[in-house]
Amino acid sequence: MLRHLRPALVLLTGLTLVTGLAYPLAMTGIAGRLFPAQAEGSLIRNADGTLVGSAMIGQSFTSERYFHGRPSATVAPDPADSTKTVAAPYNAANSGGANLGPTNPALIDRVKTDLAALKAENPTDPVPQDLVTTSGSGLDPDVSPEAALFQVPRVAKARGISEDGLRALVAGQVQEPSLGVLGERRVNVLALNRALDVQQAR
Amino acid sequence: MTLSGWLQVALFCAIVLALVKPLGLYMTRVFTGASTPLSPVLRPIERGLYRLAGIDETHEQHWLAYAGAMLVFHAAGFALLYGILRLQNLLPFNPADQGAVAPDLAFNTAASFVTNTNWQNYGGESTLSYLSQMLGLTHQNFLSAATGIALAVALIRGFARASARTVGSFWVDLTRCTLYVLLPLCIVYTLFLVWQGVPQTLAPYAEATTLEGAKQTIALGPVASQVAIKMLGTNGGGFFNANAAHPFENPTAWSNLIQMVSIFALGAALTNVFGRMVGDERQGWAILAAMGVLFLAGVAITYAAEGAGNPLLNALGLQGGNLEGKEIRFGIPGSALFAVVTTAASCGAVNAMHDAFTALGGLIPLVNMQLGEIIVGGVGAGLYGMLVFVVVAIFVAGLMVGRTPEYLGKKIEAREVKMAMLAILCLPLMMLGFTALATVLPAGLAGPANAGPHGFTEILYAFTSAAANNGSAFGGLSGNTPFYNLTLGFGMLVGRFFVIIPALAIAGSLAAKKTLPASAGTFPTHGGLFVGLLVGVILIVGGLTFFPSLALGPIVEHLAGAAGQTFAAAGG
Repeated sequence: MLRHLRPALVLLTGLTLVTGLAYPLAMTGIAGRLFPAQAEGSLIRNADGTLVGSAMIGQSFTSERYFHGRPSATVAPDPADSTKTVAAPYNAANSGGANLGPTNPALIDRVKTDLAALKAENPTDPVPQDLVTTSGSGLDPDVSPEAALFQVPRVAKARGISEDGLRALVAGQVQEPSLGVLGERRVNVLALNRALDVQQAR
Repeated sequence: MTLSGWLQVALFCAIVLALVKPLGLYMTRVFTGASTPLSPVLRPIERGLYRLAGIDETHEQHWLAYAGAMLVFHAAGFALLYGILRLQNLLPFNPADQGAVAPDLAFNTAASFVTNTNWQNYGGESTLSYLSQMLGLTHQNFLSAATGIALAVALIRGFARASARTVGSFWVDLTRCTLYVLLPLCIVYTLFLVWQGVPQTLAPYAEATTLEGAKQTIALGPVASQVAIKMLGTNGGGFFNANAAHPFENPTAWSNLIQMVSIFALGAALTNVFGRMVGDERQGWAILAAMGVLFLAGVAITYAAEGAGNPLLNALGLQGGNLEGKEIRFGIPGSALFAVVTTAASCGAVNAMHDAFTALGGLIPLVNMQLGEIIVGGVGAGLYGMLVFVVVAIFVAGLMVGRTPEYLGKKIEAREVKMAMLAILCLPLMMLGFTALATVLPAGLAGPANAGPHGFTEILYAFTSAAANNGSAFGGLSGNTPFYNLTLGFGMLVGRFFVIIPALAIAGSLAAKKTLPASAGTFPTHGGLFVGLLVGVILIVGGLTFFPSLALGPIVEHLAGAAGQTFAAAGG
């Protein structure tokens, strides 16, 4: 075994420096040149330079004036007791899912409660299921087009604008599946809400 | 299930199949020492490393020396990673001020990455510094993957050689695999990922003010370079806690497709390397065909179950399958396919929470791992795992016709069959043994987040994933406790090395045998009959071993859910 020691230590050190340091640092340099916006996290800034978020990362919306994303199960450490956690939707420093199994009554009850609230908000349309199911990361930036359209009456009422104009705005934000088959039709909620603010500011 | 969903599956299969021959040819050249288009650049680095290490690259090793070299190398790698994790608070590249990793968690994480498992008891963005991610995890992602491939190549040499004493040099196989195969592919792949939206930066976490005026801390880091190797090397350990479900690890439907392809690419191509090195490519295709049959059956079941949805939620009026724990940009087909791919190979990256899958949708990932991840499998590990099953299948065929079993002109005798059974049996011992232990000890029962059969499945999934070196999880289980950190870490080490060493023993004993010429009585091993026999042996061995545990977990949960029953946590 001892005769293996020198090759093991030299190769471990050499290959670690190549793959663990040279490779990620070189890629950071090259990617930063070729795709600077994506390499930095696709960050979005306002005209005055304040950081609003990332185009890739969902954020929490609760106001009636905005379209809402999917329920998020992310948590944060409880400020009162660091061994416990508290709900913190769209916590982009601690991603994660709800991990409720299909026969867990906590899942069924949560969906029932959310369904009742959504039906009260829009009694006419069927509730799209992405509005009552949590995403895997808790940071899903998208909803289905149906989920955005479902919220049109509420947002139109809160903002005092026409529902037809809002529907056109949503339609303009729909991203189609790549090549027609990869992924699902979807709407980026942050982009939609920013477009909404821009439209109303005009 | 939809047509476009199945078109996605077909597109995925077509790309993987198209890559098998070119990658197989290239890797064969790398491992036979032939020159490659990259040699002018890489050869000087390679020779420099050998000179420093005192390695004579023409000197080949007996299987025992090969195994010894591998074990010493891993022990050193384990110590290095453990040290980095424990000391990360004192080391540079730590903008988020992460503290030292606790001893039991550092043991688990080091065991996990050295064995190519990449079980995530650590939280990624909430636990590890940038240096730990790069120097600690990324380098083990490369080296554990290169080790797997090296071992598969050593076993292939055992089949290909006659009357030989050696199976190759571990040092040369490891170095060439890292420099010529993994590194160049990862460089191109990283740039693709960044283009799609994966960050690659050393900047600290971003502090944003949301449209509604709240604060949002956005974790960043050198993500793309690590995601590239975690997929290609079937490691699977996420930069972020949510792994490939996180939009920064897997931002688009394109990145999702390419990530799935990259999980299978090298493992599938190794069947072609096998065919080329034993002098008959059809032998490689036959093995890939057996893998393909099992894979497509798994995709059909998981996709059907997820597409049908959770009966308890459908009863409330939900439509369109089970989206709980899934991301909109992948949808149900993109998530179901990913789950089957990642567990068929030993990747363990997840783009949706397996814990939230329907009972039968989550059954297939579990079964894939219990069969030993031989459906394409981990890079290298899948092929040597499959060849172990081939030895058993050939033995069974020999028993049926009353002839001495032969494979590729080699007599399969008592020693090979004993070693194959040892490799096959150590997995259920770890998976079922520790599951049984955890279901009676209070420290084990404290783990599951869900009650009833689903809680049992969480425990079973954890030990299955650890011993099979997969690393995916039913994430509700609270695994970051001393009990689970230690038992899972132990399961990973046994599941890796107690398969590797018997496989190498088979390699050594086959290499020493003479090759017999094929005769009229030789059972052909490149046709449909052999593929059918191999699939049958795999399912019978797996079925007999694991069916009772599946009946207690996902199967009873499926029946209970269909009957409208739920399982509340005690006191909750």
